[in-house]
Amino acid sequence: MKSEYKIIVDIIEEKARVLDVGCDDGTLMESLKKNKNVDARGIEISKDKVQICVSKGLTVIEGNAELDLKQFPNDSFDYVVLGQTLQAFVNPEIVIRELLRVGKKAIITIPNFGHWKVRLNLLIKGTMPITESLPNSWYNTPNIHMCTIKDFVKFSKIINFKIFKSLALTNKNISNINNSNLFYKNLFAELGIFLIEK
Amino acid sequence: MNTKENIKTLIIKKPLKLDCGKTINHYPLAYETYGSLNENKDNAILVFHALTGDQFVTGINPITKKDGWWSYAVGPNKSIDINKYFVICANVIGGCMGSYGPSHKNPDTNKIYGTDFPVITINDMVNAQVNLLDHFKIKKLFSVVGGSMGGMQVLQFISNYPDKASTVVPIACTSSHSAQNIAFNELGRQAIASDHNWSEGKYLSNNTLPDKGLSVARMAAHITYLSKKGLQEKFGRKLQERDSLKFGFDADFQIESYLRYQGSVFVDRFDANSYLYITRAMDYFDLVKQFDGNLSNAFKKTKAKFFVISFTSDWLYPTQENKDVVIALNAIGADVGFVEIKSDKGHDSFLLDVPDFLKTLKNFLDKSYLER
Repeated sequence: MKSEYKIIVDIIEEKARVLDVGCDDGTLMESLKKNKNVDARGIEISKDKVQICVSKGLTVIEGNAELDLKQFPNDSFDYVVLGQTLQAFVNPEIVIRELLRVGKKAIITIPNFGHWKVRLNLLIKGTMPITESLPNSWYNTPNIHMCTIKDFVKFSKIINFKIFKSLALTNKNISNINNSNLFYKNLFAELGIFLIEK
Repeated sequence: MNTKENIKTLIIKKPLKLDCGKTINHYPLAYETYGSLNENKDNAILVFHALTGDQFVTGINPITKKDGWWSYAVGPNKSIDINKYFVICANVIGGCMGSYGPSHKNPDTNKIYGTDFPVITINDMVNAQVNLLDHFKIKKLFSVVGGSMGGMQVLQFISNYPDKASTVVPIACTSSHSAQNIAFNELGRQAIASDHNWSEGKYLSNNTLPDKGLSVARMAAHITYLSKKGLQEKFGRKLQERDSLKFGFDADFQIESYLRYQGSVFVDRFDANSYLYITRAMDYFDLVKQFDGNLSNAFKKTKAKFFVISFTSDWLYPTQENKDVVIALNAIGADVGFVEIKSDKGHDSFLLDVPDFLKTLKNFLDKSYLER
């Protein structure tokens, strides 16, 4: 299993109600069901991926998080998961507010644009960075709102949500992010994983 | 219509109070089954047919001698696998394939009902069909499945009988007939009523048939079942067995000829008054209003697992109307999946060979059956 998924599965308690926003082919939902016996639901924008999820027996609706989260009542899930897609939304602020309305807690993962390779790429080449985790060119990327781990931490203060847990993923190693190591984690982590609440 | 004697028919003795206020009792409900009921009686699927369908879902229809209307989806190893499931389908009341309808005799007058038959609703249809569960001693169906008007019956069924199905699959349907839907149905009804042979619905007693009116109704409806793109690709402006326009009103274009054919074969298998009754039932369908404007309340009592399917090119029951059902279910935390299938085949997609649809339906049913 992807390290990212393993961390998410570890955070979530047994039998929780979970909504996976942008659930892709349902891999995370499957392992949540298997390991934590959760009641898992998914939203996915791609028809093909929804059909794969259905073939795995998962409950998924085809939809767009920016339009379709509003149909869920307040606090209808214990956790809402948003894996590496915050940067693709037109309005990340509204999406985060919606996640925290629909879920009691949210788990958000972000590909870290502050990683040294990304910085070096731009510094040396002078073109928009293309890396393994960000393989698209500037003109065809779905990622219109890239941010760094530091940006996300700042964002929590600007739009006022609480970060309960922040983890950095570097070469499959997991470490905690805190105020004193933020500079380094923002330079070396490939992925930031945040557990947030209103 | 004398060939209909061999149709399986259940005589329902329990009185049924119709929405119009009248009560019917001791009435026939024609049905067909496929596959076999298992020992636990938990593998039954009740399939609901659409406007012009009947109980002969798959295989050769013994009356029309043509393939059943859902042969693509129902059969051995198909989406609704009759090696695994026991499939039941009944002709709706108001219909013309053996169930109680306007071509039956009124026991009080001993005359054919015609338009004296009580107006029926989607609610009446499912309330009649639920008797089949008692007949087969089935406590709970594994699934209720249907497209178009069949989907409306699915929604009404689970609303009326929240504990009687484990899974619920409404396809290409709506929870409330739109003005556009009503408009097209009215066009069909007026086509029938303006045929002199219709004789205010008494044509069977007069030994005439409003074939012209019924075939025009079918032609108009048929257009609504297809997409503009599908029509354009299949027919375009191609001419019918001629090299140039004939400057007359014969069927110059293939699409004209096709529609005329569709109209002409329809009258051989369908009754004009049934067409009036069933389209009326569809028009009266408004589950939202039945629950005082809150569709969620229709599903509050059920724990069933829903799977809603729509099609990209269906403009008769567009995705948004299907999605309204999904939204109502999500609003109460119900277990609901949804997919919009990509297809150029319009509303008819659910009846046709659309592999993504057939595969998805099969996956949903088979996975849910394993986890039941």
